[in-house]
Amino acid sequence: MELLNNLMLGLATALTLKNLAYCFAGTLIGTLIGVLPGLGPVATLAMLLPFTYALEPTSALIMLAGIYYGAQYGGSTTAILVNLPGEASSVVTCLDGYQMARRGRAGAALGIAAIGSFFAGSVATLLIAAFALPLVELAFRFGPAEYFSLMVLGLIGAVVLASGSLIKAIAMIVLGLLLGLVGTDVNSGVARFAFDIPELTDGIGFVAVAMGVFAFAEIVANVEKHEHREVFTDKVKDLLPTRADVKDAAPAIARGTALGSLLGILPGGGALLASFASYSLEKKIAGAKATPPFGQGNIRGVAGPESANNAGAQTSFIPMLTLGIPPNAVMALMIGAMTIHNIQPGPQVMSSNPALFWGLIASMWVGNLMLVVLNLPLIGIWVQLLKVPYKWLYPAILSFCCIGAYSINNNPFDVYVTAIFGAIGYLFYKLDCEPAPLILGFILGPMMEENLRRAMLLSRGDPTVFFTRPLSLTLLLMAAALVVLVALPAIKSRREEAFQEGD
Amino acid sequence: MRIKHQKDFWSGLMFLAIGLGFAGFAQQYELGTAQRMGPAYFPTALGGLLAILGLIIAIKGLARGERGADIERFHFGPLAVVLGAVSLFGFLLRPAGLVAALLVLIGVSAYASHEFRVREVIPLAAFLVVLVLAVFIWGLGMVVPVWPAFMQR
Repeated sequence: MELLNNLMLGLATALTLKNLAYCFAGTLIGTLIGVLPGLGPVATLAMLLPFTYALEPTSALIMLAGIYYGAQYGGSTTAILVNLPGEASSVVTCLDGYQMARRGRAGAALGIAAIGSFFAGSVATLLIAAFALPLVELAFRFGPAEYFSLMVLGLIGAVVLASGSLIKAIAMIVLGLLLGLVGTDVNSGVARFAFDIPELTDGIGFVAVAMGVFAFAEIVANVEKHEHREVFTDKVKDLLPTRADVKDAAPAIARGTALGSLLGILPGGGALLASFASYSLEKKIAGAKATPPFGQGNIRGVAGPESANNAGAQTSFIPMLTLGIPPNAVMALMIGAMTIHNIQPGPQVMSSNPALFWGLIASMWVGNLMLVVLNLPLIGIWVQLLKVPYKWLYPAILSFCCIGAYSINNNPFDVYVTAIFGAIGYLFYKLDCEPAPLILGFILGPMMEENLRRAMLLSRGDPTVFFTRPLSLTLLLMAAALVVLVALPAIKSRREEAFQEGD
Repeated sequence: MRIKHQKDFWSGLMFLAIGLGFAGFAQQYELGTAQRMGPAYFPTALGGLLAILGLIIAIKGLARGERGADIERFHFGPLAVVLGAVSLFGFLLRPAGLVAALLVLIGVSAYASHEFRVREVIPLAAFLVVLVLAVFIWGLGMVVPVWPAFMQR
């Protein structure tokens, strides 16, 4: 049983005292920031990434993964108690979770969310372990042409499954690819678009870009709004759901897990799409005779999406770990983190760093267990946190971001770059341009150029190489099919409908 | 002529300008051939693609059937205050040290909120400075000047 051996190696790595401590710190900090409204998982990761540079790569990635699913989970607590999604993927949790809280059932909603998430996380961890080997074997048959086509598919998939205007998202990807090219060209040694600024010859730091367009732009956008919060803090009790609750929610948890796991693997999928899809599915299955009706505190409306978003969050690690292709912005940041630790993302990670690879996977299960332990008994502390007003929070977020940006290279230049991208991000926000595709393009830019160059060199300048190699052709056809599918009027309206559920 | 979809129209123009900018600036580098691509090849192609996408978005914004929402007002005040505070932090960090830079960052950025109260900001700033010192300087051992240059030996 190779799988079992691998998991044992993973557990041996994840269960060392040091890694347990980093996993715990990650989930704790992640939950803390996830609970606070106004900072999504991408911004959270960007803010905290610089502080993990000093750690060993394995510990750093374990901690970052912990921050990610911690933030994901913390977001649902906020959704249930305040009716404010801590992040986009918990938008649907607001619908029924908050209604349950208003009826004095906040405890049951939080409890079922924790149980569902833990179940989904455990299943997804096993799935990652099972899928890793075959995918890595497939990836080893990839040449530069296949990699280029795979990245095209990944990028197209990422925007097709996301909400908003398709063509604008594609433009944001291209813009990201271009920004990723700033800096010294590896082949010729020419410093491109550096404008004689020495710091730019190393390229624009991805942490500065992510912090700017996510964290800073979010802050400016939030500061100009007047905030209104109604918190149900006083009567969170009876965290253990009743037997009837569990019986009611169990099938929803199972369906949510299956749906979330599947959608997480797809490019552009991950937690957000998973939770929306699961909510629609549960609503359809329950139909009109659901008691209480959906939107008025039905426990399935919490159990399904919460399981789905956790499963999706975890299985989105599969393409990132096995192929080196980020399916969403969070995974793009994880790839950036690996690169900083001198680990070239791709199929070779599994053979060259087996302890890191399996350790990270095993740590996710450990981290999920920690989440349950952290969240159920300590819910009172998280509730208190919700009382901190935003006007106190954002100076703190800014302080941490600034120190983080500075510490990347111990150079104030990165702080200025972050500020510039904050202004750009604010412009994107006002123009309804989603920043997530930009980050994906930014990370993939140099890799795409490299593979394009190599493919064209090998084919002696013949561009048909992308269509004559069967694997490459298949990948490109899949990308084309996705675009055509989404452009079809019937699907187009369904897609818009699916994302409007939360409004 | 009335622009139907303001947000799309202006974002299209933005993409068009950025695309042309990248493609234009790339021309000072070597283009190379399809077989041996020079440093200008990929940026020129991408810049051209971005410009075309931008043009399509802008035209669709002009002519699209339904009217889209207009662009919300830009609040340059909070934007300038927050990003100005961040830039000041970068500027002050080395000469004036972490404590002074943080106090300026927190004080100035807190001013961006319409609920700004001096007596709330002072304890907040004090708390954050102690927290940052505890976590990053004493905890993580970050190397950064803490106090102004003239106070150091």
